[in-house]
Amino acid sequence: MEHPIFEIKNLSYTYKDKMETTPALRDINLKIDKGDFVALVGPNGSGKTTLIKLILGVIKPQNGEILINGKSLKNFDAWQEVGYVSQKSNSFSKGFPATVREVVLSGLTKEKGLLRRFGKKDRKKLDDVLELLNISGLKEKNISLLSGGQTQRVFIARALISDPSILVLDEPTVGIDARHVKEFYDVLLRLKEKSVTILLVTHDIGVVVDHADEVACLNEHLHFHGTNQEFKNLGEAELSKIYGFPLQLVSHDHERECCS
Amino acid sequence: MIHALLEYDFMRFSFLSGLIVGLIAPLIGTFIVIRRLSLIADALSHVTLGGITFGVYISSVMGTTINPLITGIMFSVAGALGIERLRTVYKHYQELAIPIIMSLGIALSVLFLSLADGFNQDLFGYLFGSISAVSISDLILIAVIGIVVLLFIYLFYKEMLLVSFDEEYANVMNISRWIHFMFIIVVALVISASMRIVGILLVSALMTLPVAAAMRVTSSFRQLMIVSVILGEAAVIAGLFLSFYLNISPGGTIVLVSILILLVTILLDRIGVSKNDTATGSV
Ligand SMILES: Nc1ncnc2c1ncn2[C@@H]1O[C@H](COP(=O)(O)OP(=O)(O)OP(=O)(O)O)[C@@H](O)[C@H]1O
Ligand SMILES: [Mg+2]
Repeated sequence: MEHPIFEIKNLSYTYKDKMETTPALRDINLKIDKGDFVALVGPNGSGKTTLIKLILGVIKPQNGEILINGKSLKNFDAWQEVGYVSQKSNSFSKGFPATVREVVLSGLTKEKGLLRRFGKKDRKKLDDVLELLNISGLKEKNISLLSGGQTQRVFIARALISDPSILVLDEPTVGIDARHVKEFYDVLLRLKEKSVTILLVTHDIGVVVDHADEVACLNEHLHFHGTNQEFKNLGEAELSKIYGFPLQLVSHDHERECCS
Repeated sequence: MIHALLEYDFMRFSFLSGLIVGLIAPLIGTFIVIRRLSLIADALSHVTLGGITFGVYISSVMGTTINPLITGIMFSVAGALGIERLRTVYKHYQELAIPIIMSLGIALSVLFLSLADGFNQDLFGYLFGSISAVSISDLILIAVIGIVVLLFIYLFYKEMLLVSFDEEYANVMNISRWIHFMFIIVVALVISASMRIVGILLVSALMTLPVAAAMRVTSSFRQLMIVSVILGEAAVIAGLFLSFYLNISPGGTIVLVSILILLVTILLDRIGVSKNDTATGSV
């Protein structure tokens, strides 16, 4: 039997800072199978980013276990298979002296491996992924001169350039205009057809309901994990419990969105 | 000076050393500047001074001659490791590592200086650089360090760029831990190599000023490196000439030329040769 891509068992995490301790996650159990498109939702401060960082090994869990492809995080070394867009990717590029080309190519660093330099094939991949995200015209531009949404697309391109089989995206579409958001989800759906596993953190519940196969609702605990149909059927009471204030999914003609 | 270059060994040694240092200091300097580690270079240079004074002291005590550059390198590598260690101790106040290591370096220098009497003449050369004091063994050491630095950058360019640009992403990709460690050691080596020519107090200037100037007129990281090296070499060559003819320590002249270059680039930037123009101009 094939291993699930991610298997999270009894995971808890508490931030400890001198005097203060902030519990961020409690007793999370979650399984994500190959090819699933899972949306991770929850209010601000509910631990979504924390969970992502634990999964990617940026921070180490105090309790519980995380398996990728059936391997514990420590033993997993196929990180070139993982594309990642972090929530704050936009903020640290300010003033950095590099072009879009250099930033996006850096997404191939792990795949290329040590002691090897980028060549013709890599530049082809670069052109393709820039095309895909509609930023070919920005290739030689310094990234500190881009708009917020353009920068965000550059980081998405960096995550996609290595053709990853797992995508972890922490609010990737913040600051991107409607047209490019739609194009971005078209790209995701195409990747999904190639059975790429997608874990997407988002506050855009309308999109979740439309595109994702599964939804996980987090607020320190994992309050809900099921198919998007089951998520749609959640009552007002349950949603309010997760978000901590009255909330319901309302339906428009074409889409559903989340209102209070 | 051309005549002197042909005439005297020491002139050739210092000129060649200067060319090597003018290449590797700005090269490593680009990474130092973009990682906002400029002050670490300063701290390490003071530790290097501690090592040099230790070398001089030991030589005088034991009656042998150890090249103080070697003890300088040893101290500066140890200091680099110390800074790394302290940075993990004070996670949220990483810059605290700098004054701690820097004051240790100064304290050690004072200690060994006091122990080894009659060292004042040499000291001036170590503090501000010297064109007459570069020996053949200095030149060989500097050349070896030059090769190590060039190899490091050639082999790990893409990793260094990623770690400098986005440390978290580099962490995720599992490549940052040891590269950071290697980098700080290379920084220590470059400081030791540059010290002979520009002097301890001005080493970090040669690593940062050409980069600061290049930043005003470049848009890609590759351009930044190339232009930094060109400006660094220009400053070293002009500085050495001035030093020779005016009989001033080369550290002073090289840094003054670097500052002049910096002012010119800022001025150019002001009057409209902006990042974009140079970017499109170079394609
Ligand atoms: N580095 C940190 N140190 C201490 N506490 C932290 C740190 N990062 C996050 N926290 C705390 O952990 C909790 C979860 O934060 P997290 O960033 O995971 O939330 P999130 O669900 O991603 O929120 P958002 O929707 O705003 O991105 C919050 O209470 C936050 O204050
Ligand atoms: Mg978050």
